[in-house]
Amino acid sequence: MGETPVAVVSGLRHRYGTTLALDGMAFEVRPGELYGLIGPDGAGKTTTVRALAGLLEPNEGTVRIGGGDPLDPRSGVREHLGYMPQRFGLYRDLSVDENLRFFGDLFCLDRKTFLERRDRLMTITRLAPFLARRADALSGGMYKKLALSCALLHQPDLLILDEPTNGVDPVSRGELWDLLADFTTQGMAVLVTTSYMDEAARCSRVGLASGGRLILEGRPADLVAAFGDAVLRVEPGAGASTDDVEATLAREGRAIEAVTPLGTGLRVVVRGDDADRITARLEETTATVRRMTPGFEDLYLARMASTSTGEGP
Amino acid sequence: MTDAVIRCRDLGRTFGDFHAVRDVTFEVPPGEIFGYLGANGAGKSTTIRILCGLLSPSSGHAEVAGFDVAKDPEAVKRRIGYMSQKFSLYPDLTVEENLDFFGGAYGLSGRTLRARIDAVVDEVGLRSERKAMTSSLPGGRQQRVALANALLHDPRILFLDEPTAGVDPAARREFLALVRRRVQAGATVFLTTHYLDEAEYCRRVGLMVAGRLVALGTPAELKAAWAPGDVRVLRGAPTALGGAVRPIPGVLAVQSLGGGIRIRVEAGRLDTVLAAARSADPDVAVEVAEPTLDDVFLAVVQGGDR
Ligand SMILES: Nc1ncnc2c1ncn2[C@@H]1O[C@H](COP(=O)(O)OP(=O)(O)OP(=O)(O)O)[C@@H](O)[C@H]1O
Ligand SMILES: [Mg+2]
Repeated sequence: MGETPVAVVSGLRHRYGTTLALDGMAFEVRPGELYGLIGPDGAGKTTTVRALAGLLEPNEGTVRIGGGDPLDPRSGVREHLGYMPQRFGLYRDLSVDENLRFFGDLFCLDRKTFLERRDRLMTITRLAPFLARRADALSGGMYKKLALSCALLHQPDLLILDEPTNGVDPVSRGELWDLLADFTTQGMAVLVTTSYMDEAARCSRVGLASGGRLILEGRPADLVAAFGDAVLRVEPGAGASTDDVEATLAREGRAIEAVTPLGTGLRVVVRGDDADRITARLEETTATVRRMTPGFEDLYLARMASTSTGEGP
Repeated sequence: MTDAVIRCRDLGRTFGDFHAVRDVTFEVPPGEIFGYLGANGAGKSTTIRILCGLLSPSSGHAEVAGFDVAKDPEAVKRRIGYMSQKFSLYPDLTVEENLDFFGGAYGLSGRTLRARIDAVVDEVGLRSERKAMTSSLPGGRQQRVALANALLHDPRILFLDEPTAGVDPAARREFLALVRRRVQAGATVFLTTHYLDEAEYCRRVGLMVAGRLVALGTPAELKAAWAPGDVRVLRGAPTALGGAVRPIPGVLAVQSLGGGIRIRVEAGRLDTVLAAARSADPDVAVEVAEPTLDDVFLAVVQGGDR
């Protein structure tokens, strides 16, 4: 871990009016690392990303990229930085190819590099057959993939992507993440925010943000391994329904962290200490219960349930 | 005859010579959450726009709530709620002002509109944010405002086009709980999503590939048909395990995970495969898992490419 970080965020505090958006946000991103910043609405992810991109001056704290201050135009930091905001604007009246060429010129790519990168990105995103289509005639996910492709033409030291895959289908998401993994093996650092927990699980490290700071940080596999909760797959017994199972679970109160439908049954996250007792209780109702291996999403839900204010929907 | 509330026969839509939707046929009975899945550009939103009476079909026939969408789009619009993928709220109006504006567009006014606004604001849990500027709300709350809009005229049929895009897992569950409550009260929901775990909330799921509906069934039926076999997670060295397992006949899918691999194996072949895994990594730990709708999606989309 002796490597010098590409980005260092420390002690960020920031207010919008009366809302405290950042409250001690701090982390580092190292070269070759794919760092995932995750968390609910209002946890401070986008504010952090904007501070990193030099678009927002935080009330307190510092951001350093390659040792320089992104707010200082003379630091030269901007040239080493790529940034894709959540709503990345394309030219709606230009074609897919014209948009790509525009960004290729903006990033000063030579023709050969541009064509190589464009073709690879178009293959991965399956947009190749649609190069001549106007951006405003693309489907929602195709538009998002074009925006991401434009951002990825540029391969800077640090690439910051704010929710790059919202609305992108599962197959393309997998392939885009393979590409990001490929970039990082070449030494690039990537900071990404996402609401997809399968993507979080693919990061080198993740920071889980809540209330403007990180409440948990580490390698996803380590975090899941240290997770003390149990996941039960519950199938209602003969003549019973999932509603009956949910009624049984409702009596367990705070021992239950999350309940989600799964096929004809439910997936239930419970506190580890309570797993045996709850399993027995469910089996009394003739439900079938099987322990499953927790995943990253289970951890996320449990952590968020225990930090939330308990306010209903 | 069934009492289906959504019914399409050989539905098609072209843009120039491009077929966005081709020969789509299905029915949705009342009280169902129907999931409509497919890769980007498969034709989901185009189908929804046709069913909502916003885009005319090029061929075929569609009926919603008993009305022909091409002949009587206005009658359809009065009976449905639609939350579009690019939902547009007025960012510089408050939540209440947005609802007021859209309520007017549905022909609601005066005391009826006030009562409906009160009801939907409570239903979606936005009571404390009524006076908040819409632009100041986080994305997940704005999505609820959009849902509230779609519910104003108390429709029995809801079309939700990627209502939870970009919403974190906890808020997605809350949103789906709201949708389920509506369905328990008798509504029918047509839902698209790229979060495949959400398709587990659906009674039936249709999968589109390049404009065609290629698979349709309950989540369990789809898993049995498109992702058969035994699923196991093997904890150990991913490269060694993957290398040992991949070439064995009957191995249907291999996926790398952090700290291991996930495999799907033809029925009856598991013992051979696990033996190979153990000889590649004697410390391998085997966990029972099950097929998911992600497996189904992958199989359908790749099959549809051929
Ligand atoms: N006005 C138009 N002109 C030309 N092509 C169009 C037009 N509208 C839609 N299309 C094309 O029709 C296809 C289907 O689009 P649609 O929006 O239905 O996809 P989708 O399944 O909703 O995708 P996504 O998951 O990305 O939302 C796409 O290839 C899209 O580019
Ligand atoms: Mg769409």
